[in-house]
Amino acid sequence: MREKTLKLIITFHTTAAAMAMEKICALRGLPGRLGPVPRSVTSDCGIAWWADPEERFLFETGEDFPEFEGIYEVLSYNS
Amino acid sequence: MIYLDNAATTIHKPPCVIEAVAEAMTSLGNSGRGANAGAMSAARLIYSARETAARMFHLDDPQRVCFTANSTEALNTAIFGLINSGDHVISTDLEHNSVLRPLYHLQALGTQVSFLPADALGNVDISQIETMIRKNTKAIVCTHASNLTGNLIDIARVGQIAEKYGLLFIADVSQTAGSFHIHMADMGISVLCFTGHKGLMGPQGTGGLCVAGGVNIRPLKMGGTGVQTYLQEQPPQYPTRLEAGTLNGHGIAGLKAAMDYILEIGTDVIHKNESRLAAAFYEGIKDFQGVRVYGDFSGDRAPIVALNISGYDSGEVEDILSQEFDIAVRSGAHCAPRMHEALGTKAQGAVRFSFGWFNTADDVDQAIEAVRRIAKR
Repeated sequence: MREKTLKLIITFHTTAAAMAMEKICALRGLPGRLGPVPRSVTSDCGIAWWADPEERFLFETGEDFPEFEGIYEVLSYNS
Repeated sequence: MIYLDNAATTIHKPPCVIEAVAEAMTSLGNSGRGANAGAMSAARLIYSARETAARMFHLDDPQRVCFTANSTEALNTAIFGLINSGDHVISTDLEHNSVLRPLYHLQALGTQVSFLPADALGNVDISQIETMIRKNTKAIVCTHASNLTGNLIDIARVGQIAEKYGLLFIADVSQTAGSFHIHMADMGISVLCFTGHKGLMGPQGTGGLCVAGGVNIRPLKMGGTGVQTYLQEQPPQYPTRLEAGTLNGHGIAGLKAAMDYILEIGTDVIHKNESRLAAAFYEGIKDFQGVRVYGDFSGDRAPIVALNISGYDSGEVEDILSQEFDIAVRSGAHCAPRMHEALGTKAQGAVRFSFGWFNTADDVDQAIEAVRRIAKR
């Protein structure tokens, strides 16, 4: 059986903000990818930025990031 | 067909626009509805279109570009979302019904509305705006160019006045987007409303608002957004704030391709080309006996020439041009009732020739010859 691993989840208020995040991360060479918001974070729908929790510090500073709804760490089967 | 009704819609689209729509119709899912590959490709494309629109109109934040079906929806959103009963609004006689009807509706609900009058040439005196400002004036709503005469309004000056008095400035750039340099910040524009299918040469059913920082518009529509599902009201963040329901992703793909095409050529080049054609037509017909041209041709203008021929019903002239010369123009009232009243053309209407990027000098020559023949009858 697959094991759950800890993931860093950054959520946004809008889809456009998630798209802006993807562009900025690509530009700055930051790790991660877009994926669905885990239900354990919120029952609302939406797209989140998934990354490794060890790289959390990379996302905690930077004026050009779109507004985050929140930053979470959750256990997930997803890679 | 010689198509000279570009002020209504551009019929000739750049091939890249058609290709982009076709490609989108085989690949796009629904933006923001899940994170599957189809949904993500739609979300990426639409965000990229926001970036292109922000670049075109010089808006800092692409997330404040909100897509609508057309200028009418954009203007309704801006007007109903910013102006309240008891507020005073200043507008002009040059406006289209997409501005006038929302304002008349608000007027019936208790908003005060003043219109800057147009003179016999169809011009307004911008300096009069300052004398019209009241304690409760909230906004100036005005077009960049009359869709009937092609006369311009100096929106940079209007923006300066709005900034000086702390007013909102809602600009309708339906007739100028794509062929004029429009800079939201430099022009002091609070909300810029555009349509995709005219000078921008995109598909019908596209348009939008660019909203300056600090301007909070109440949503006109509420509904599905793909985010904040359990929130009972429309999410307050732009662009979702003003975008309920599935976006026209296929159309927006075409609009983005069209804006990229224009940015590549340059709005100055397009404007120069269209102006040259319109000026050649004006010079060719203005002295024909029985032809009366409306508008001010002394300076820069949108590529529109509106005229009447003797006592002909304008619709009759449109029909002759269509049936006998295969030339498409627009007659009637052009959804611009105050402009026609100012020009004294309510009864006769007017015949509007409007030129676009894909028109040629030969189109102009044939149109001149057609007017000459009709005027001689």
